[in-house]
Amino acid sequence: MVGATATAAPTRTDEPVLATVTFTVNGQRRELELDTRTSLLDAAREHLHLTGSKKGCDHGQCGACTMIVDGRRINACLTLAIMHQGAEITTIEGLGQPDHLHPMQAAFVKHDGYQCGYCTPGQICSGVAVLEEIKAGIPSHVTADLEATPQVTEAEIRERMSGNICRCGAYSNIVEAMTEVAGARA
Amino acid sequence: MKSFTYERPGSPAEAAAAVARTPEAKFIAGGTNLLDLMKLQIETPRHLVDVNGLGLDTVEPTEEGGLRIGALVRNTDLAAHPRVRTDYGVLARALLAGASGQLRNKATTAGNLLQRTRCPYFYDTAQACNKRQPGSGCSALDGVSRQLAVIGGSEACIATHPGDMAVAMRVLDATVETIDAAGAARTIPIAEFHRLPGDEPSRDTNLEPGELITAVMLPKPVAGTHIYRKVRDRASYAYALVSVAAILGKDGSGHVAFGGVAHKPWRVEAAETDLPKGAKAVTEQVFAGAKPTHENAYKLKLAERTLGAALNQARA
Repeated sequence: MVGATATAAPTRTDEPVLATVTFTVNGQRRELELDTRTSLLDAAREHLHLTGSKKGCDHGQCGACTMIVDGRRINACLTLAIMHQGAEITTIEGLGQPDHLHPMQAAFVKHDGYQCGYCTPGQICSGVAVLEEIKAGIPSHVTADLEATPQVTEAEIRERMSGNICRCGAYSNIVEAMTEVAGARA
Repeated sequence: MKSFTYERPGSPAEAAAAVARTPEAKFIAGGTNLLDLMKLQIETPRHLVDVNGLGLDTVEPTEEGGLRIGALVRNTDLAAHPRVRTDYGVLARALLAGASGQLRNKATTAGNLLQRTRCPYFYDTAQACNKRQPGSGCSALDGVSRQLAVIGGSEACIATHPGDMAVAMRVLDATVETIDAAGAARTIPIAEFHRLPGDEPSRDTNLEPGELITAVMLPKPVAGTHIYRKVRDRASYAYALVSVAAILGKDGSGHVAFGGVAHKPWRVEAAETDLPKGAKAVTEQVFAGAKPTHENAYKLKLAERTLGAALNQARA
């Protein structure tokens, strides 16, 4: 096979290359024709007009774009939309709406878990997934005993939320909101 | 980002063949490093071959009592795997010390081995960098080098391998299993997988063009306290200044590899017999011939002290 030319070499024209992807976003099946370069974040914001997820750094450093894809939180800015054929995607809009808030959204409101609010959709998506990760027994850097079941502690929450940056510094209130949701569910 | 075509092959061999035959093609797995570099046009592939969904995402016990970790096993899943937590604690600890929860959910075992340096001059396309643009020079040599290599570098490059997982893989004597475009498999010991920069820093590893990692093999577990200590500028979500991956007995005997100090995980097996004598006796040998800059010479003392802390932990 080495040296075979079964596929013609694509030429570097910088013309957009289009591809089709179908996935479920917040319970709705969506089909999009996209430039292959489109991140999942841009697909949601620019094509589906779901602007809750935010673009902060666009390099996976700030967490403002966090979505829950197939049950896991990821940086939507660092993944291509076309790589998610058939995926189940939840954005902040799918977690809850003003008239029926998700418990984590309600807890952020109650505990003032934000100031400017820009990082908040990512914080909330991450926070929901973090509690699920602890419940599933996934250890973290601060879990003392790798073979024990991790607990919801302040140290665990702070470590697991380190991929979500808040420039306003609402961290202690975010910890309180998450702790309340974890306790209410237990 | 430059435009590219995209395909999902049906098997690992098809994936390898697709990359081998298509000019400027790359594999994409988690994409957390590659897409970042593509946005900055440090990587400009014309074609992406998506290796997700090829069934390379399982962890299986081997006949020798070890583990075969599929190339696409996510960092989160590997760290949480019961056998890894019980028998390869140093690997679980190293994985959990790396990146953020979001990134570990996407990042893969093979991709982690292949992640590129975070040298600031590699990332800044206005600067000379032999790794990014061969022959352009190395701005790091006389530049800000606090995070860069203290040993194994060259006049062409003093970048470090940024990973944590690979340091644990090195102390565990892992082997990397690959398949090439002709469908032939081979295994590469982790010690020979990453390269030193020499006069060809653009090549991070000894993989051939189109060669696809299919798995990482761990030998049977090594008894002892499994330790991964990482020293960094903040408590979470930062690269190592120095890290120590160690498997140590109560008397201090065992094995150790260092991260954050070289272009590859740094281990000198011959020095390990002196582990019971203490950290200094070991690091003097491990870092013999080191050529630190005035900005990163602190890493030599830090490596000694971090190993000392690991020895104290094992003896406690």
